[in-house]
Amino acid sequence: MNFKGRDVISIKDFSKEEILHVLDVAEKMLPIAEGRKKSEMLRGSIMSSLFFEPSTRTRLSFEAAMKRLGGDVIGFARPGTTSIQKGETMADTIRTAESYCDVIVMRHPHEGSARMAAEFATVPIINGGDGAGHHPTQCLLDLFTIQREKGSIEGNRVALLGDLKYGRTVHSLSYALSLFGVDMVFIAPPELQMPHEVVEECEELGAHISTATTLEGLEDIDVLYVTRIQKERFPDPEEYNRVAGIYRIDAHTLSEAKEGMIVMHPLPRVNEISPDVDRTPHAAYFRQAFNGVPVRMALLSLVLGATA
Amino acid sequence: MKELKIQPIKDGTVIDHITPGKALTVLKILGTTGEEGDSVISVAINVSGKSGKKDIVKIENRELDPKEVDKIALVAPNATINIIRNYEVAEKHRVSVPDEIIGIVECSNPNCISNTNEPVETKFIVKSRHPLRIRCYYCEREPEDIPSHIR
Ligand SMILES: [Zn+2]
Repeated sequence: MNFKGRDVISIKDFSKEEILHVLDVAEKMLPIAEGRKKSEMLRGSIMSSLFFEPSTRTRLSFEAAMKRLGGDVIGFARPGTTSIQKGETMADTIRTAESYCDVIVMRHPHEGSARMAAEFATVPIINGGDGAGHHPTQCLLDLFTIQREKGSIEGNRVALLGDLKYGRTVHSLSYALSLFGVDMVFIAPPELQMPHEVVEECEELGAHISTATTLEGLEDIDVLYVTRIQKERFPDPEEYNRVAGIYRIDAHTLSEAKEGMIVMHPLPRVNEISPDVDRTPHAAYFRQAFNGVPVRMALLSLVLGATA
Repeated sequence: MKELKIQPIKDGTVIDHITPGKALTVLKILGTTGEEGDSVISVAINVSGKSGKKDIVKIENRELDPKEVDKIALVAPNATINIIRNYEVAEKHRVSVPDEIIGIVECSNPNCISNTNEPVETKFIVKSRHPLRIRCYYCEREPEDIPSHIR
């Protein structure tokens, strides 16, 4: 399996075998990601970190990943101080940046931007989120978290809860979980249900899907993936408060859960998971956030053709 | 030639069986405004044919490349291309939507990178022909009303 020179734009560009390979490499990166082992694997390589839209978590974990492997990082955290503000096109920024580096990590507010950047760049592009489009490294770290926490991806029953209509994270994740034949329950208020196309695609891939509007049957769930319900989606603030209240998870909600059930969240959370869940063994979201580092290390080493 | 029902041409291209009312859009898609050359172009709109109304476009002294013409299938799926040489139909073929549509359709997603000032043409991948479904190569959105997004 050769990843050298490859772009990472969408999870749909990966086969199940390729996903498993990335997760295998991520597993090997764990001691380095935790700082227990030093590595010079990417010494002499430069990553451009181009954040046309700020995202602290994604940027920091990419930069940590590159530096843990002995590589260097250049770039910007927001477009404010750059020539972009003077009206430079993204295409020009990409063509300039690529002459300084070996790999580009980018985040951009417009859908399709990473795909377009890949047409202009000869170095690999890793998509760190393109508007409401894709965020493949989030999806891979979610899968990695499930594999680490539960021993495997297959054989779990996964509930996705919250804003399933606009949440790109859950669209990619449900697609990827379908490749593994995972059973899923989509739980959302009627106005924020999973789009038809996504459900159909999952079913075509062989996933068994059920939908619900309230969190029931928690005792059969292995993974509860919670997403934020955004206030902007509701014209009426009272309606938002009502809906957000129904989907809020606290320690009491979890009293019926299986012993090994994990709660995941892409973070940042607002109030959809109560802090009292943090102290339960179910809380996996901080470990999930850490997993972004080994997964991004794996991708950087793979697309740069480095071997451990 | 009689079935074309409008005055025959000696050499050139006749696009027949265009969806009624779409002849001008067809010319627009072909980039044929009349300014670019001295071909005589005739347009007939809402002509009665054997199977109802249709539009016809005749371009004299110019043979259009059938592949280039295929993109008009977006608005005129039943159109036929007749290459005329010395008053005879030398070649005839029915348009079919190409696999990729570049630079004709605008993305319906206002937040798509192809709707910004970036130096790219729009690009759509044809997912199915009957019914016609196309997907933006960049943002992967599928426009529902394709003709209304033709620029
Ligand atoms: Zn688009």
